[in-house]
Amino acid sequence: MALKDITLGQFFPGNSPIHRLDPRAKLLAMVIYIIALFLARQFVTYAILLFVLACMIKVSTVRLKALLRGMKPVVFLLVFTAVLNAFYTPGTPLVSFWIFTITYQGLLHAFFMTVRILMLISCTFLLTYTTSPLSLTDGLESLLSPLKKIRVPVHELSMIMSIALRFIPTLIEETDKIMSAQRARGADFDSGHLIQKSKALIPLLVPLFISAFRRADELATAMECRCYHGGEGRTRMNQLHYQPKDGLFITGALTLCVCIGILSWFGL
Amino acid sequence: MSHHPIIQTEHLTFRYTTEEGAAPTVLDEVTLSIESGSFVAVLGHNGSGKSTLAKHMNAILLPSGGKVYVNGLDTTEEAHLLDIRRQVGMVFQNPDNQIVASVVEEDVAFAPENLGIPSAEIRQRVDQALATVGMSDYARHAPHLLSGGQKQRVAIAGVLAMRPRCIVLDEPTAMLDPVGRREVMSTIQALNRDEGITVVLITHHMDEAAQADRLIVMQGGQVAADAHPSQVFQNVDGLRAMGLEVPQPVALMYELRRHGLNVPLDALTVDDCVRALKLLLT
Repeated sequence: MALKDITLGQFFPGNSPIHRLDPRAKLLAMVIYIIALFLARQFVTYAILLFVLACMIKVSTVRLKALLRGMKPVVFLLVFTAVLNAFYTPGTPLVSFWIFTITYQGLLHAFFMTVRILMLISCTFLLTYTTSPLSLTDGLESLLSPLKKIRVPVHELSMIMSIALRFIPTLIEETDKIMSAQRARGADFDSGHLIQKSKALIPLLVPLFISAFRRADELATAMECRCYHGGEGRTRMNQLHYQPKDGLFITGALTLCVCIGILSWFGL
Repeated sequence: MSHHPIIQTEHLTFRYTTEEGAAPTVLDEVTLSIESGSFVAVLGHNGSGKSTLAKHMNAILLPSGGKVYVNGLDTTEEAHLLDIRRQVGMVFQNPDNQIVASVVEEDVAFAPENLGIPSAEIRQRVDQALATVGMSDYARHAPHLLSGGQKQRVAIAGVLAMRPRCIVLDEPTAMLDPVGRREVMSTIQALNRDEGITVVLITHHMDEAAQADRLIVMQGGQVAADAHPSQVFQNVDGLRAMGLEVPQPVALMYELRRHGLNVPLDALTVDDCVRALKLLLT
């Protein structure tokens, strides 16, 4: 098992115009784009959205291969929805056998559904590929900060997220170490069926959890020593600043969304 | 060097409160005064109470009896908490468990951010702290890719960014390789010498303790010895009875003396040792 390959919120450092946008602008634009995606009905609107997405991917310098690799886990979901849609949409029958009927509308529906999911995933990947996890967390904290008024612990949540991100590599390294130690004592992680394999994980998980709790305890003390006392009165070294280009980007996304809405209204 | 105390303990007693009631006493009537600008090493066996003592110096633990004053502020007073922790920074054994952020400079900025310092000044403090520990080139690196010694220097920079008057280091080299240990020790010495920061170094390495200008030996929650290292280490038998070894130069001198040679016992470094032996042979 290659633990080093595990990626969470994978980020490809770069210096494209997309990389340099404010994380909040990217987050907002993504949400707007997803709304537009759900407004789209027919070929024209989908084509426009696909074109915009393709342009963004091109500008972002993210390689298409990396994007497609991220799609692998959802292939099953895609096929599943496509098949369901193809069979269960009423309309003009194309093929019919026993109790199953494939309709023209069903095929169309399945096609659009698949395209929609693929585009949805691509645009979220585009966000995480071009935004470092840290600035993504900062952006989220800043965007959600109005929720503090209704007592949502926004600062605490983003702190938890950034600490989790910080400890992923440390814990992966530790897992590797424990696995080697248990292998040296004759543990077998690779053979047997599913149940045997998951049972074999117990001698890995127990030490890992104990160590994680110890780390958490020490980290909490170290944070207290460095005067951490919650989000109140806290300042930041790198503050987020909206720039004209961020405004432009969001306006662009909004315009796109409105246009798609209007076109769909006219059944395109 | 000014001579007013930065940390003072008066009859400091500490015992963990368990549900059964009777708990062992970890610190027993410790009265100490640490002068501003000094370099103090605290030596002791496991369970001697040295780490517990350290944790009282910035109000992570509060005394069960007696008092601790940091720059005249009582640590039991809640209102002084941030002020105390800003003045006395603390560095722990495991560098991995005290680095908060995924980028070196973000981590160094953590403490000043907590103190509500304006962004521009944080930037300045971070750059300065990283320069002091010699890690400026790694400002944008990910901490988990650094060596142990480098990580520990980042942790020290993280404390320096608070502009503390005193730094307490709890076995900062225990998890490091010899190269990392040397890096960290020379950083600590430079802080004390060049920046005038009071250093309290908790350690179980004799050669590290020998570099301080005052050595406190803890035993069973009490202060067993408190003097200049060269004096403390002369009591070779006493230290050995406490389960502590003396630095190798001192051990050599001790053996020579036992065999009837007239050599001094206060040679802490190899150089001192060579000088004393030369004197004997000529």
